[in-house]
Amino acid sequence: MTNTELVSLSTRGVLTPEELRTLPGVPSDERMKRGPVAYIECADIFPCNPCESACPKGAIRIGEDITNLPVLDEDKCDGCGTCVAACPGLAIFILDMTYSETEAVVRIPYELLPVPEKDQEVSCLNREGKIVTQGRIVKTVKPKAYRKTVVVWIAVPKDLALDVRSIRV
Amino acid sequence: MEQYEFIVVGGGPSGMSGAIEAARAGVKRVAIIDENLTLGGQLVKQTHKFFGGKAHRAGERGIDIGVDMERTCGELGIEILRDTVVWGIFNHDTLALYQDHKSRRIRAKAILLSTGASENNITCPGWTLPGVMGAGAIQTMMNVHRVLPGTKILMVGSGNVGLIVSYQLVQAGAEVSAVIDILPAIGGYGVHASKITRLGIPIHVSQTLKEIRGQDRVEEAVTIEVDSSFKPIPGTEKTYPVDTVCIAVGLSPLSELAWMCGCEFRYIGELGGWVPCRRETMETTAPGIYIAGDASGIEEASTAMMTGAIAGLSVAERLGYLDPGKSKILRQEKIDGLVPFRCKYFEFRQEANQRLMEMGGVVQ
Amino acid sequence: MRILEHPILGDQPSRKKVTIDYEGKKIEAYEGEPIAAALSASGVMVFRRTKKFGEPRGISCAIGQCTDCIMKVNGIPNTRTCVTRVEAGMTVEEQR
Repeated sequence: MTNTELVSLSTRGVLTPEELRTLPGVPSDERMKRGPVAYIECADIFPCNPCESACPKGAIRIGEDITNLPVLDEDKCDGCGTCVAACPGLAIFILDMTYSETEAVVRIPYELLPVPEKDQEVSCLNREGKIVTQGRIVKTVKPKAYRKTVVVWIAVPKDLALDVRSIRV
Repeated sequence: MEQYEFIVVGGGPSGMSGAIEAARAGVKRVAIIDENLTLGGQLVKQTHKFFGGKAHRAGERGIDIGVDMERTCGELGIEILRDTVVWGIFNHDTLALYQDHKSRRIRAKAILLSTGASENNITCPGWTLPGVMGAGAIQTMMNVHRVLPGTKILMVGSGNVGLIVSYQLVQAGAEVSAVIDILPAIGGYGVHASKITRLGIPIHVSQTLKEIRGQDRVEEAVTIEVDSSFKPIPGTEKTYPVDTVCIAVGLSPLSELAWMCGCEFRYIGELGGWVPCRRETMETTAPGIYIAGDASGIEEASTAMMTGAIAGLSVAERLGYLDPGKSKILRQEKIDGLVPFRCKYFEFRQEANQRLMEMGGVVQ
Repeated sequence: MRILEHPILGDQPSRKKVTIDYEGKKIEAYEGEPIAAALSASGVMVFRRTKKFGEPRGISCAIGQCTDCIMKVNGIPNTRTCVTRVEAGMTVEEQR
């Protein structure tokens, strides 16, 4: 029931870089160089719009037909991250390519135990579930409004920021 | 014999929605009967956040929606008969109950059957071994009873149930070796699939179960690839050392009570099999008997809440608490709420419901 | 295996511990939980054996629909253990 034009997503459950580039929720390389920004990996045309409702800057647009894919206005988006916990599909991440000279920060939604601690080293996994690097926990955020979804900030080597989407604690 | 105005059989999302709408419209003696101690039906196991829009309570976890709806029932003075089984329906207005080891009958002017669905099976060799269970079954065990009957699982079926339960199994501390599906594409949403693949759970399409082996319990499961005609390809077997095999291959409506009161049925595969004929008001061919939720056709919790609400409003009109004009407007709101869930990916549901009507399945 | 902590459900709620008798052995259980949950938590997989071939059966649907989990409880056979609640001192036997 996924978009069968996205062959890897619909037969393996894994979005490839080529498939990601077709999604309106994915920011441009140029925007990513400017600071934290949302990275919306949503390719499903079923009814869903909590991301649009959650964004305080109006940077995510779905519209009246709630089966539309979320469209990211990368200029309005300031990377606040409210959308990360709002997405029921856990499909939104925040990328900050400007964290340091060598590192980027990837913010992921996390609903497992144990919750990692600040400065802890964790294994970082790509979309295929393969460990691609070790990362460092910058912080974890769990306000009541997130309804038990934790948002974890992980510092990773810059060249892996587009791949790291999960951790193993 | 106790007399009610409106009785709802099954206190899940569709049943509670029906009772709530009817009570809000002014229907006086409303009761929900449920065989469990807690209401909520399948909601009590749904620890994930729901999709949809505001009208469908998107972003809320299913378990919280269930608790909130039960509280609303209490506030509206809806009577709840817990731990009570409805084992029969007679004369279109009499329900036979089993409660506290005793049997008794009660009467109602209108009845809503919102009895949900049961899980389907795969009958390969070894399918009856302890350790083989429905995906919904293991979801009940871990999310309601907080027990994991096994810790190394093969999940069969990549629809939303298979994908979501696989994720929940990891949350509970279990290991899912793989998800397989006989179809050539994943059945559920891309986001549900991606959630588990990035945890290291592979999804293999065009594969099916060949055999489950073990002495007195599951010890290993053997899968096999299939070709485009779903024929197993010899030599492609793969053995998984697991202690549990979860079957997530669809649901079938639980509609025994509708059969008992003589409702007409039609077979619509896309809706889960045999479904009762019904009007747009959700009334069946048995006068005063309504049907909603998965019992009326397999969809999901969001649509169950809508169909239950439609039934509740129709009952309020039938019993004289809502004038037909007002009832139509309120029902249309709920019908509009169904539209997003019956288009695009879900166009087949709209077509299936259309076919039900064309087969003479909807009484005009 | 009992799930003691859970990222969404939280810690296990406090419940009253009781013992039940399973095939002559004392098993720890929580008052009010389904018998099937207590047995499963103790590692029991085989709940009954079929009459003709003695094949093992256990939990299948877990919501009282399929009768795979039926056992003899307090002497009464065909009791669906997935929907029957634990009471202190209950006797539970494999049904054959």
